[in-house]
Amino acid sequence: MNINATIIGQAITFAILIWFTLKFVWPPVTAALEERAQKIADGLAAAERAKADLSIAERKSADAMVEARQKAAEIIAMSEKRRAEIVEEAKHEAVAEAERIKAAAKAEVEQETYRAREALRAQVASLAVTGAERILRREINAEVHADLLTALSAEL
Amino acid sequence: MSESAAPSATEYIQHHLTNFTVGHGFWSLNLDTLITSAFLGLVIFGTMYLVARKVTSGVPGKLQSLVEVVIEMVEEQVHDTFHGDSKLVAPLALTIFVWVFAINAMDLLPVDFAPMVASLFGVEHWKVVPTTDPNHTFAMSLTVFFLCIYGNFAAKGAGGYAKEALTVPFGPAMAPANLIFRILEDLAKPISLSLRLFGNMYAGEMVFILIGLMPIYVQWILGAPWAIFHILVITLQAFIFMILTVIYMSMAYESH
Repeated sequence: MNINATIIGQAITFAILIWFTLKFVWPPVTAALEERAQKIADGLAAAERAKADLSIAERKSADAMVEARQKAAEIIAMSEKRRAEIVEEAKHEAVAEAERIKAAAKAEVEQETYRAREALRAQVASLAVTGAERILRREINAEVHADLLTALSAEL
Repeated sequence: MSESAAPSATEYIQHHLTNFTVGHGFWSLNLDTLITSAFLGLVIFGTMYLVARKVTSGVPGKLQSLVEVVIEMVEEQVHDTFHGDSKLVAPLALTIFVWVFAINAMDLLPVDFAPMVASLFGVEHWKVVPTTDPNHTFAMSLTVFFLCIYGNFAAKGAGGYAKEALTVPFGPAMAPANLIFRILEDLAKPISLSLRLFGNMYAGEMVFILIGLMPIYVQWILGAPWAIFHILVITLQAFIFMILTVIYMSMAYESH
């Protein structure tokens, strides 16, 4: 065991290494470690937050679904009602149209009847005149007895 | 054992326990201790510097992971033991652990390897484990000792330090006894710190040398288990030196 100047040299080397570690090795690595720890903590917090957000979104979507279902049911009910109304309206219209057509047909028939009657009446009048002429021959003047004949035909 | 010279067992052991020294008296230098420890410091701390320069807080590479594991271990130990507010203690502990570990690990090189390489350069002796040189262990422990004294001044001030030295543990009435106790206690720290490391590594190296004396076909029977066991010793001694330094520093920074 011989102590010599090596001890001084070794102390200097040791001091340099301590200074070097203190200055260049320790700070950046521990800073990186801390930064990573922070990153991990942030990541975990973000995951936690995302989880909470997800559950909120799930609840919201469930609510929206229920609402949509309700709305759909309402719409269906409304359309059902409207359909019934339309059918009802159409029915009414159809009936009214039928009535109208019927009335028109009736009116026409009446008109035809009337016209036929008029024609018949005129024919009967003329026939009656002709017949009377034939019976009375010359004694009857058509012009003289015209109002009489007209009155007669109106009675028919 | 080298075949050419065929030295006796004593000569062989002597050869392996002699430093490569230049100069005379106190002003001589053990170049093997200086060069080996400086070279290892350069490699290890250079590597750590390269990692630290490109360090990322994202996904770390393998080398960075290794450095991180060591640094986290040291940081945890320092955090558990040291409660002062010194920025020095944790890097100091890291320096000690890594450097002592690397130097101790030289013990695992075959005992004849370093002298053989040295002889290629015309150097007769080369003790490759600086921690088997008390100059190295005392240099470290005395540096720690002075840092402790610095810590005492920094944490308590000169007055506080003097008061503590004079009044603890027996109170002001026994001031001289307190002071003697304190001096003994403080001197015992660097001596025990350095001799523990030196003794362990010296003994380990000695066993390797003795194994080296055996016939080549039985060397592995003892050499392999001793080397495997020595991995533990290497790590443990580095760890003990580090943790005791942290404890001494925390004693310096805390009031009794």
